[in-house]
Amino acid sequence: MSAKGGQVRVMRVKDWTHPVRAVRREVLTATPEVDEGKPPVLFVPGFGHGAWAFTEHWLEHTASRGFPAHAMSLRGHGGSGPAPEATLRAYTHDVAQVAASLPRQAVLVGHGAGALVVTHALARYPARAGVLVAPVFGGWGTAGVALLRNPVGTLPAIFGGRLRLSRRQLFSRELPDAAARGYTGRLGRAGKRAQWQLLTHREPEPAVGNPPMLVLGSPDDRVVSAAALGRAARRYGAAPLLFPGMGHDLMLDARWREPIDAILDWLDKER
Amino acid sequence: MSTSADHDRPDFSFGDNESGSAASHPGGRSVYDRGGAVCVIGAGASGLTAIKNLKEYGFDVDCYERETGVGGAWNWRHDRSPVYASTHLISSKPFTQFPDFLMPDSWPDYPHHSQLLSYLDRYADHFDLRPHIWFGTEVVRVEPVDGHRWDVTTRSTGGYGTERTSRYAAVVVANGHNWSPKLPSYEGLDEFRGQVMHASAYKEATQLRGKRVLVVGAGNTGCDIAVEAGQQAAKCWHSSRRGYWYAPKYVFGRPTDQVNDRVLAMRLPLWLRQWLFHRTLRLTVGDLTRFGLPRPDHKVYETHPIANSQLVYYIGHGAVTPVPEIIQFRSYSVKLSDGQEIEPDLVVFATGYLPRFEFLAPEILGTNADGRPALYLNAFPRRHPTLAVAGLLQPDSGVFPLVHWQTVAIARWLRLRETAPERATSFAARIDTDAGRRFNRAKVKDSSRHWFEIGHVDYLRALQRTLDELETAP
Repeated sequence: MSAKGGQVRVMRVKDWTHPVRAVRREVLTATPEVDEGKPPVLFVPGFGHGAWAFTEHWLEHTASRGFPAHAMSLRGHGGSGPAPEATLRAYTHDVAQVAASLPRQAVLVGHGAGALVVTHALARYPARAGVLVAPVFGGWGTAGVALLRNPVGTLPAIFGGRLRLSRRQLFSRELPDAAARGYTGRLGRAGKRAQWQLLTHREPEPAVGNPPMLVLGSPDDRVVSAAALGRAARRYGAAPLLFPGMGHDLMLDARWREPIDAILDWLDKER
Repeated sequence: MSTSADHDRPDFSFGDNESGSAASHPGGRSVYDRGGAVCVIGAGASGLTAIKNLKEYGFDVDCYERETGVGGAWNWRHDRSPVYASTHLISSKPFTQFPDFLMPDSWPDYPHHSQLLSYLDRYADHFDLRPHIWFGTEVVRVEPVDGHRWDVTTRSTGGYGTERTSRYAAVVVANGHNWSPKLPSYEGLDEFRGQVMHASAYKEATQLRGKRVLVVGAGNTGCDIAVEAGQQAAKCWHSSRRGYWYAPKYVFGRPTDQVNDRVLAMRLPLWLRQWLFHRTLRLTVGDLTRFGLPRPDHKVYETHPIANSQLVYYIGHGAVTPVPEIIQFRSYSVKLSDGQEIEPDLVVFATGYLPRFEFLAPEILGTNADGRPALYLNAFPRRHPTLAVAGLLQPDSGVFPLVHWQTVAIARWLRLRETAPERATSFAARIDTDAGRRFNRAKVKDSSRHWFEIGHVDYLRALQRTLDELETAP
């Protein structure tokens, strides 16, 4: 691995003096039949999603290709403990905690706003690699796009209410309606403060350990624009891998196999 | 000898390896040239983080560890471990964990030493460090050669087998500084018929049970042992030369170091922080002279902080009797400075440790006659840019985060010397001018116990500037 650059932040007064409160965390695991020495992969879902979003397809598929696979739920999501006052810092802490609990240096895969959490966690944990899937880095531009596409679901979130993403934002038309309804019905909500921080958060610090990074998404994603996807990829000096015809939730959409295979192929190549 | 998986281990057979080759030593001895690899001495917490960070910066690393496991001082099975059965951390978790490898949330604020060892074991496995470590191998000599390279001579621990010399581009010394006991000398000590031990030999409370025990020294270890003796021994005297500030482990229901750093973050002047701390201790612990302890002759932050909530409690219950310093030993008794004479069966000297670098010529680290090396940031010696010492720190907080950033600085420095030597010269000049500088705003007492005393905030700010200055291009 090449030498890393960027200014590290040594002083972490808030983390020292106001440590994030402990909470029960849900981590679901799929283990490969044979240990081939491949690094563990930790999937971090976006806001509103839980570990379940990866247990549908990606977790088992990752394990079947020889990677120990883990999916977690951020606090207040899925089977993790309740945390209505959760902040982006608390979510970052959750990811850094689960990553450090794994037996070997892990690959972090973040989806949606989970990708933002992963970029923050990469400053606290030297991952083997980082993968950002349809990353939602937030900011007022993202909020504007969401308001245009889904004003009824988005507007309350601006004022601290719940963000309601529609089926059409999350999935392509290839996914049967019943499945899409089932998935949207399982969506929860992120902490109010964390939701607000999605608009106002500071730039993530540089990743420690200079991990290789991959960005992927769909040009037809109705949450993350193609331009935002390009900007996210350029931040890491690369172009995004694109999967046309898919919705925002690539791990649940009808053609879920294509993106995960691309990620695992890339990881095999990076090893 | 090696005990771990050998799959990634460098091939040390002479002459048939691509990354190194046999070279001839001026003395005629065979030397195996390890090319650009860095040698790390010791696989304790400092050595492990050195290996990990050097690896992260692309260096080949060989680490020599005299024991057969990682953990150094925190591995109670090791000969040189100062850990005793009841040892708990005195700095709370956020100040103790490596900044990039968090301790589990489920652990308490002040984990037990066995948890620390499991943490270091997991760290070694998580970052795949064991293939870099030669266990059961001790370093005999480290000698500068060929400009800024180093010949490191090793042999199996215990001295069996032949010595082997390997040549490295750089050496990071992480052999710890809490294993070579510092024993005081007293008149008549040789004639004393009772049992005498240094705290390094203290392992568990059964060693104290039913005895009349005199514990000497009011550091954290001395206070811990006095508290145990207060519960287990027939009688416990606790002798201290001067008065100290005993900070409880919790104030206002929070770990004390976390509360203290909230005040530090306000960047108040030192005198105001000292006043606030004195006030807090007055409110929480009270007037120590009421318990028979001497009044501190210094302000807080001027000596190493003692974090112990129980000493005052056991003094208050009559289980521990504070006594002044020892004047003289007699055959069956000990005479104290206030004129009283006590008759202990067992004397435990919790009088600290001295650093030892027996494999290095003293002038290399600029060591003075007393044994104190002169290093910049407690890590970088003058005139030897490819040598560094990791973990030689006595902070007012946990040491792991500090040594983590210290070893990142070492890795950046070694890398910068290769990639941008012109940028490296200004740092080299500062090493020369500032070696031995202290990183503590308070006026720290000048005894060997406080040689490596640093204020963690002052030190980390200095490290931040160094890391920014040594930043390397990705």
